[in-house]
Amino acid sequence: MVSETLSRLQRPVLLLLSLLVVLGAARAQDDGAQELTIYAATSLTDVFEDMRAAFLEVHETVEIHLNFASSSTLAAQLLQGAPADIFASANELQMQNVVEGDRIDAEAVRVFAHNQLLLIAPADNPAEIADIASLAEEALLLVLAAPGTPIRAYTDAMFLSHNEELGEGFSEGVMRNLASEESNVRQVVARVALGEADAGIVYQSDAAGAAQRKLLLFPIAQRHNQLASYPIGPLKDSARMRLAEQFIDFVFSAESRDILADNGFCPPAILEADLPSDAAPAPTVEAADAPERESYACLAPPSPSG
Amino acid sequence: MRPKENHTPALRPRPQADRLLIFGVSAFAFLLLATPILVLIGSGLHSRAWEGLPDSSTILAAALLSFASTLAVVCLAAALGTPLAYVLSRYEFRGKRFISLFIELPIVMPPAVAGLALLLTFGRRGAVGALLAEAGIIIPFSILAVIIAQFFISAPFYIRSAQVGFSGISPEIEDAARVDGAFGWLMFWYITLPIAWRALVSGMILTWARALGEFGATILFAGNLQGKTQTMPLLVYSIFERDINAAIWTGVILIVLALCALFMSQWFARAQDRLTH
Repeated sequence: MVSETLSRLQRPVLLLLSLLVVLGAARAQDDGAQELTIYAATSLTDVFEDMRAAFLEVHETVEIHLNFASSSTLAAQLLQGAPADIFASANELQMQNVVEGDRIDAEAVRVFAHNQLLLIAPADNPAEIADIASLAEEALLLVLAAPGTPIRAYTDAMFLSHNEELGEGFSEGVMRNLASEESNVRQVVARVALGEADAGIVYQSDAAGAAQRKLLLFPIAQRHNQLASYPIGPLKDSARMRLAEQFIDFVFSAESRDILADNGFCPPAILEADLPSDAAPAPTVEAADAPERESYACLAPPSPSG
Repeated sequence: MRPKENHTPALRPRPQADRLLIFGVSAFAFLLLATPILVLIGSGLHSRAWEGLPDSSTILAAALLSFASTLAVVCLAAALGTPLAYVLSRYEFRGKRFISLFIELPIVMPPAVAGLALLLTFGRRGAVGALLAEAGIIIPFSILAVIIAQFFISAPFYIRSAQVGFSGISPEIEDAARVDGAFGWLMFWYITLPIAWRALVSGMILTWARALGEFGATILFAGNLQGKTQTMPLLVYSIFERDINAAIWTGVILIVLALCALFMSQWFARAQDRLTH
């Protein structure tokens, strides 16, 4: 009787609706299965993809979704209520914002890696860059990450730190060459690797990947370089807190430490003891007496791995 | 409008239930489309977004850049698009269908893909850009790149509209003009243009609005720097994480401009329609 009264129009709609209900129910049940959503800074792309692969070798039933963007974008999204289980930031300020937004417990935050700045140019070096002082020369196309991103704060501090040595006008001269502000650091790498820009400032880890063959790398003097700290923490309202903690523990494992080192990061083995995770802005490490090594050296002594 | 009565007894619908369903779904669809826009405008007004602007020079710089570039785009579209639309509406030739398809492609292709294509073509290492770079002309990171990106994405709207306008003019009118001795430019100026101008204006407004909203191709090809290549949509993207009020306010301005443009464009298109039919 019911089916007779249904018009041709209504029947497919009802069918569709009931299908959606069934699918929704199945989906809700599926949530018991292990799914983890991780928000991570763009500079962590390679590292977290490697870590996911290694983690999944042990936890076969788990599904991990990685969302990469600039830490400031991710923090803004998390503060707007975006659903996630773990947040890994490229600086402590953005992590602090999320903690203050009451989405992450301050005590659950730990620093798991460090990074530092590197000057890059296209392999054929059209602007004939020799070192950081070249950046103030005229008619040069410099690309930096946008204001608000962690790397831009480190970059600005690094330029200012050079003023004493290279003259007060140095950092202003550099800014006159600014051609574009990219929303994240990987886009800076891409612009330089494509040869559209003459130079860019990126993290040392960004130059460790496939782009390296198209790039020239210029280390930045350690007394001016900045130590970027990467804090990680689970979201308070995560439905899979146990799994989230398991993954974070894995990030601090020896295996992850090797992955970090392979990707140009400095693991926090020694530093963690020195720097509490809620330390104020990353300190400029005074290491003038340390010998300047090629790009992969870390500011502070790296972990005694291997 | 009443639905057609269906007299097949076995499948006789219940008009009431049918109408309820169709209006219900329609209302839902409309709300889905309209709510986000109304919420954006509402939150702009509610939070008094215009008061909390720390640095209105950022918005002003972006607005000036947007207006300068879109003005150039509209002029460029009219200058280059009008002959093209006229040829396409008046002449039959092999490959015309293919050409039309290619011209309209930017309307549906993802703007980011368009930006990538432009970068590979006009970038410093690009197919054409490398030659220009040798002559000392570097397009990316300049307002020229903004104009090219906006033109690439938005010119098809003008060309399509102009083509429709020209096609609406009966060939007999132009034939009659020819008998009276009007040829070439003269005929276009005194016969074709006075009849088709509303369609051209409608297309120009649409092109302007699309150029004003262009984001993906611009950020990929032209980069993003305040005062140089940061148009209003790029500003919304760059500023939303630092200053949500400025982003909302810029968004409200863009929406209002888009609404006005759409309204005017449709008004001119309808006027043209009445004239030619």
